[in-house]
Amino acid sequence: MYNASDLRKGLKIEIDGAPWVITEFDFCKPGKGTALYRCKLKNMISGAGMEKTYRPTDKIEKPDLEEREMIYGYYDGNQYVFSDPNTYEEFPVSEETLGDSKYFLIEESVCNFVLFNGEPIEITLPTFIEKEITETEPGARGDTATNVMKPAKIDNGFEIQVPLFINQGDIVKIDTRTGTYAERVSKA
Amino acid sequence: MREFFYRADFIEVETPVKIHAPAPEEYIESVRSEGDFLRTSPELAMKVLLSEGCQRIFQIGSCFRANEHGRRHLEEFTMLEFYAAGWDYRQLAEFTAEMLNFAAGTNPFFSGHEFITVDDAFRKYAGVSAFEADADDFFDELMVTRVEPNLGREKLTFLMDYPASRASLSRISPADSRVAERWELYRNGLELANAFGELTDAEEQKKRFAAANAFRAANNMHAYPEPVEFYAALERGLPQSSGCAIGVDRLIMLLCGKDDIRDVRA
Repeated sequence: MYNASDLRKGLKIEIDGAPWVITEFDFCKPGKGTALYRCKLKNMISGAGMEKTYRPTDKIEKPDLEEREMIYGYYDGNQYVFSDPNTYEEFPVSEETLGDSKYFLIEESVCNFVLFNGEPIEITLPTFIEKEITETEPGARGDTATNVMKPAKIDNGFEIQVPLFINQGDIVKIDTRTGTYAERVSKA
Repeated sequence: MREFFYRADFIEVETPVKIHAPAPEEYIESVRSEGDFLRTSPELAMKVLLSEGCQRIFQIGSCFRANEHGRRHLEEFTMLEFYAAGWDYRQLAEFTAEMLNFAAGTNPFFSGHEFITVDDAFRKYAGVSAFEADADDFFDELMVTRVEPNLGREKLTFLMDYPASRASLSRISPADSRVAERWELYRNGLELANAFGELTDAEEQKKRFAAANAFRAANNMHAYPEPVEFYAALERGLPQSSGCAIGVDRLIMLLCGKDDIRDVRA
């Protein structure tokens, strides 16, 4: 349990069985009145926001949160299976939890998991991954100096925008946080 | 600021910072200093001076309140406190507005003022009567989330007549027993001052302090020693008077356009 005086920006707390992070915090004390702790909160699973005001006597639940490194293994046709590098314990993760991150999974890559009550709620991939361009129209000559972009597909069909000078078979670096092209690694 | 007080025949005083008995208040914690306490306000000592015949006094100095840290709170802060015998709390409000406008110099931030009662402000901004909010124990929450942010948007706003249960050291209004002669002053949603038509009845004051100490004991806060010198002053007789306390650091914050009180201290 946390006391209200422990509340601060960045603290993670549990409300009605869900984990929330405090995104803004303000200490208030209206004239001669009780101290109040005003919090803006973000639900760590849904991303929903809310405001809540605590009194000094309030007790606040501490969520069971754990951060662990996991290695991506394989797709079993239904779920994406990760494993703990020390215990080899397997953690299957649904497509829904991963979102667009599923397109950037590379076998053996190290990912950071946030577990709430043992269930993964947040998965952070390596910031940059390398992928081969499997499909793109050839760029028109003479346009290489501008920053005009064109669509391109990577091996799993995910589409990104790349500069005109990128050709089919090139290896490019992709930023997994935004799902955007970063730079060319090598030419075909 | 001092200039304005001198012109209005106030005497500047200095009372002890390390004291034996702070006023017992429900939600104000004092900082301990060896066997004593650092003052949370100079109120009781200044009232002793009033009982001894001082008519108009002011003081500027440090006060200390434990565990108060934030964008608008410092554990050590500078208080301007003043008392005038024979003035009522409304007269004191007019004087305070003039004083602030004078102290701000050419800065127009404190020019002009308005009055609203606590009950009207609650009805207007929180959609509920202040007395109901008080009875239902939602007063402070609504004050902070709904009422305060709307006060003093255009000019200084005096929030008048607190519910009698929140009288603190003020007297109950002779015109309406539901409210106390107490106001707070706001600008840009920031509380700047608290003022009372002072309670001069010794028995009533002792009763209120006993109730505050009982509340403190029930909530695991330490009880305070009896303020015997203050009680002696009340028995000797306090003149009809009004007094006001202003957070000087907050005035500076507003005049400098800062959002955080920690930006205006050394």
